[in-house]
Amino acid sequence: MADTPRTIHELSAAFTKGAASPVAVAEAYLARIGALDERVGAFLTVTRDAALAAARASEARYRAGAPLSPIDGAPIALKDVFCTAGVRTTCGSKILEHFVPPYDATMVDRLRRAGAVILGKTNMDEFAMGSSTEHSGFQLTRNPWDLTRVPGGSSGGSAAAVAGGLAAGSFGTDTGGSVRQPAAFCGIVGFKPTYGRISRYGLIAFASSLDHVAPFALDIVDAALLLGVTAGHDPLDATSVAAPVPDYVARLAGGVSGLRIGVPDEYFGTGLDPEVERSVRAAIDVLRDLGATVERVSLPSTEYGVATYYIVAPAEASSNLARYDGVKYGLRVPGGRDLIDMVSRTRAAGFGAEVKRRIMLGTYALSTGYYDAYYGQAQKVRTLVRREFEAAFARVDLLAAPTTPGVAFKHGEKADPLAMYMNDVYTIPASMTGLPAVSVPCGFSASGLPIGLQLIGRALDEPTLLRAAHAYEQATPWRGRVPELA
Amino acid sequence: MSWETVIGLEVHAQLATQSKMFCGCPTTFGAPPNSQTCPICQGMPGVLPVVNRRAVEFAVRTALAFGLRVNAACRFARKHYYYPDMPKNFQISQYEEPLAEDGALEIETVAGPRRIGIQRLHLEEDVGKLVHEGSLATAQASLVDYNRSGLPLMETVSRPDIASAEEAAAYLRAFRAVLVALGVCDGNMEEGSLRCDANISLRRPGAAELGTKVEIKNLNSFRNVQHALEYEVRRQAQELEAGRRIVQETRLFDADRGVTRSMRSKEYAHDYRYFPEPDLVPLKLDPAWIDSIRAALPELPRARRQRFVSQYGLPVYDAELLTQSRALADYYEAAVTVHANPKAISNWIMSELLRELGGDDEAALAASRIAPAQLAGLVKLIDDGTISGKIAKDVFTRMLASGDDPAVIVRREGLTQVADAGALGVMVEQAMAANPKAVADFKAGKTVAAKALVGQVMKASGGKANPAMVDRLVQEKLSGM
Repeated sequence: MADTPRTIHELSAAFTKGAASPVAVAEAYLARIGALDERVGAFLTVTRDAALAAARASEARYRAGAPLSPIDGAPIALKDVFCTAGVRTTCGSKILEHFVPPYDATMVDRLRRAGAVILGKTNMDEFAMGSSTEHSGFQLTRNPWDLTRVPGGSSGGSAAAVAGGLAAGSFGTDTGGSVRQPAAFCGIVGFKPTYGRISRYGLIAFASSLDHVAPFALDIVDAALLLGVTAGHDPLDATSVAAPVPDYVARLAGGVSGLRIGVPDEYFGTGLDPEVERSVRAAIDVLRDLGATVERVSLPSTEYGVATYYIVAPAEASSNLARYDGVKYGLRVPGGRDLIDMVSRTRAAGFGAEVKRRIMLGTYALSTGYYDAYYGQAQKVRTLVRREFEAAFARVDLLAAPTTPGVAFKHGEKADPLAMYMNDVYTIPASMTGLPAVSVPCGFSASGLPIGLQLIGRALDEPTLLRAAHAYEQATPWRGRVPELA
Repeated sequence: MSWETVIGLEVHAQLATQSKMFCGCPTTFGAPPNSQTCPICQGMPGVLPVVNRRAVEFAVRTALAFGLRVNAACRFARKHYYYPDMPKNFQISQYEEPLAEDGALEIETVAGPRRIGIQRLHLEEDVGKLVHEGSLATAQASLVDYNRSGLPLMETVSRPDIASAEEAAAYLRAFRAVLVALGVCDGNMEEGSLRCDANISLRRPGAAELGTKVEIKNLNSFRNVQHALEYEVRRQAQELEAGRRIVQETRLFDADRGVTRSMRSKEYAHDYRYFPEPDLVPLKLDPAWIDSIRAALPELPRARRQRFVSQYGLPVYDAELLTQSRALADYYEAAVTVHANPKAISNWIMSELLRELGGDDEAALAASRIAPAQLAGLVKLIDDGTISGKIAKDVFTRMLASGDDPAVIVRREGLTQVADAGALGVMVEQAMAANPKAVADFKAGKTVAAKALVGQVMKASGGKANPAMVDRLVQEKLSGM
C-alpha cells in the first residue's frame, strides 16, 4: 500500500478522479487486516462481505459522479462499543459475547449514510474501562510501533487499526481520555469533540455524563471530515447539542496568528516523563513561532481530577451496567437456585475484574449515607473544575498540554489499578468539563515511541481547536509517520 | 380506648398518552405480549430515553388542577433494584426535584368538605409484567411482557391528612374524577390505569407524634381501599391495645379474605441508590407554556356539580350523577343549550339514555346514536304538546335504532298528538256509548270510572290523543249529562 493514498481526503480525491477504486481499496485493507491483524489484535470482528458490498455501492456512486460525502468509500473501523445492526457488538465483554443488536447507533447510521465502508469492530477494554486495552474480555491489542507495548485504551483497537494501516480512520469513545491517550500512544490524531456534539444513541454506555464519541485519524483534515459527517443534533439523544454543524474542513485554514494559548502549570508537574515534557514544550514553541501568544495559566483543581472521575464514572457505570443480568440478552449462566442467584452467577462469570471493581466502587459511592460524601462531593468538584476552565478561557483561546504523562508502556507493566488510573490525569479534565480536545503527534521518545500534544478548546469551538492543530501539524514532520509493520 | 387514624395515599396514574414515557411505542392496553416494545423500553445496550412532552403536559395540567406549585425546573433520577420486569434494573423516576409540590384536593365527607394536602407529583416510567405459566408455585418458568414497560406514570403523594378508610375511598374517588375530567387518565382501575398504595398509622387523639406506619400495596378498587384500611385500622388497634408495637412493613391486601398480609419488612428495605439521570437534562418548563395549560384547564367535577345546581336548578343527586364523567356532563350541557328544560333532560338522561348506553365515559357517549340536540328535540316535542310522554318513549326507542331526528320519526310514523277538540269529542262520545257501565258508575259517584273512559280514548287513538285534553273532555261530557 506504499503508493496508495492513506488519508481519507487523499482517498476521496483519488476516488473522484478515478485514480483509485473504493472496491480495490477495501480489498487492500481487508487483505492487510488478514495479513497483519493476527499480530496487532485490533479487530474483534471483521465484516468483510458488508464492507465489500458498501465499497461496490460507493464505487457506483463515484462512477455516477454522486458520492454521498467527502468520506464516501473510506474504510473505517468502529470500536466494538457502537451498536451495529445485525453485527455482533461485544463491548469487549464476555457478557455480550454473542449480542447482536437489532439497531445501529446514530453515528453508525450517519457513517453509512455518508458512504463509509465499515471494515469491522475493534478491540477495547471491557465496557471501555481501562487505559491499555488489556482489560478486553477477548484478546490483547499491540501497539503497531512496538508490539510488546500497549496501544493505550480503552479504544486501543481503533487506535492500533489506524496506526497500523488497517483502517483509514476509526471511531472510539473518550470517557476519561480513551481516544486521546491511545492516539498519543499510537502516533495519530485523536479528537474528542464537545460533549453532545455527536449523538451517544447506540453507544453502549459506560459513564453517561462523560462518554464522548470521538474519531481517530491520520491527520486533522480527516478528523474534521469524520466529525462533520457524524456531528449534529439527534432527537434520540436528549443530551445532544442542537447547534448547527459548521464546515470544519473549510475552517481549518488561517493559522494560529493572534491566538492566545494557555499553558496550565498543573499539567507539567511530578510524574511527567521528561521526554514527553520536552516534546510538548517544543510543540508549544512551534505554535508561538507560528504567531500564537503563549501564557501560563493555572487550573488548581487538576489534582482532584482523577479522584473525582473515579467517583463519577464508576457511579454511573454501576447503574448503566445493571441491565446485564442474563434475563433479556447476552450471557446467562443457568442452574441458579433462584432468580437472584442466576443474576449473580451471570454477572460473576460475565464481567472481568476491572468492571467488577468499578461496579463496586460506584455502588458504594451511591449508597445511602455515602452519596453526599462521594457522588455529591464529586459533582461539586466537577463544577469547580468547569469554573476554572471558564476563567482560563476568559483569557486564552486554547490550552496546550501533554496528552499523557508518559509514552506507551509494556503489557502487564501497570498491574496496579491506581498506576493505570494516573495515566488519565491530563485527559480527565476535558472529559469532566465536556470541552473539545485533540491529541496530535508531536514527536518521538528516544526509544521511538510517539508522543502526543493535547489542545483543549472552548465548548463547541472545534473550528479554532482544529485550526490550531492543523497549523501545528502542517509545520512539523510528525504527520503521517507510520510504523513499519509489514 | 380510642385511636386516631392517620392515612396518606400514593396514587399511580397511567397517563393517557399515545406513546410511552421515554420512547415512541404505543400504549394500547391488552396487545399481544412484547408487541409494543422497542430497544428503548426493553433496556437494550446503548439506548437513551427522551421525555414525552405530552406526558409532561398532562402532569402539569394535573398539578395545576390540584393547585400544586409547578417547579421551574425538575429532574429525573434513577431508582435501582433488580427485578426482571424492569429491563434496565433501574426505573427512571423523580426524586429530589419533582415536577410539582404542595397542593390539595377537597373531598366531601359526612362532616362536610375536607381539604387533603398533596405533597408532590412526579413522573416516572412503568415496569413490565411477569407472566407465570400455571401458578407462581407450579410454574417451571416465568415469562416477561414488556408492553407495559415504559408507560408514563404520574405519582401523587398525599399528606397524611386522611382520617378514615371512608375518607380514603372518597379521596380516591374525587381524585379519579378530576383526572378523568382533565383527560389525563382513563381512570380504569381494573386495567391498572389507577393504582393506589396507602400508608396508615394510629395514634392517641391529640398526640403530636405519628405512630409507626404500615404501607399497604396494590389497592386496585375503591372498595379495596376502604376494606383494606378498615381491616388495618382494626388490626393495628388490636395490636396496640394488646401492648404490642407496630412493625414498619409493607402489607398486601388479600381481597378474597379481606385481610392484609405482611409482604416484606422495611427494615430490610432496598437501598435504591437514587442519583440524577445523566441521560436526561434537567427539565425546564417555559412559564408561558404552563400559563397556556392553565388557561385551557377544563372546569373540574366539583365546580361543575355546584354550577349544575345553581345554574340549572338541578337536585344535588342529578348534578352529582351528571358530572361523574366529563363526557356526560358535556352531553347534558349541549342538550340544555338546545332546549332549556334542565330537569326534564336530566330525567331522560338518567332514566333512559344511561340505561341504553351501558356507561358514562367518552367512548360510551361517542357511540350513542342519539345526539344531545336530538334528545333536546324530543323533550321539546313533549313540551310543546306535539307528542305525549308515552309516545316520546316510543320515539326514543326508534331514535336509538335509527339515529333519526325525533321530529322526522314523529312525522313519518304519524305520531303527532291529536289535540283537536272536535275530533277528540267524537272519540269521547264513542267511548261513552261503548261503555255504558262506566258512565253509570260515574253517575253513581265512582269518579274513578272516568279514568277507564280516558284509557279507552287513548287506546282508540293509538296513544296519540292529548291526554290532558281527553281528560278534560271526559269530565265535561260526563258532568254535562
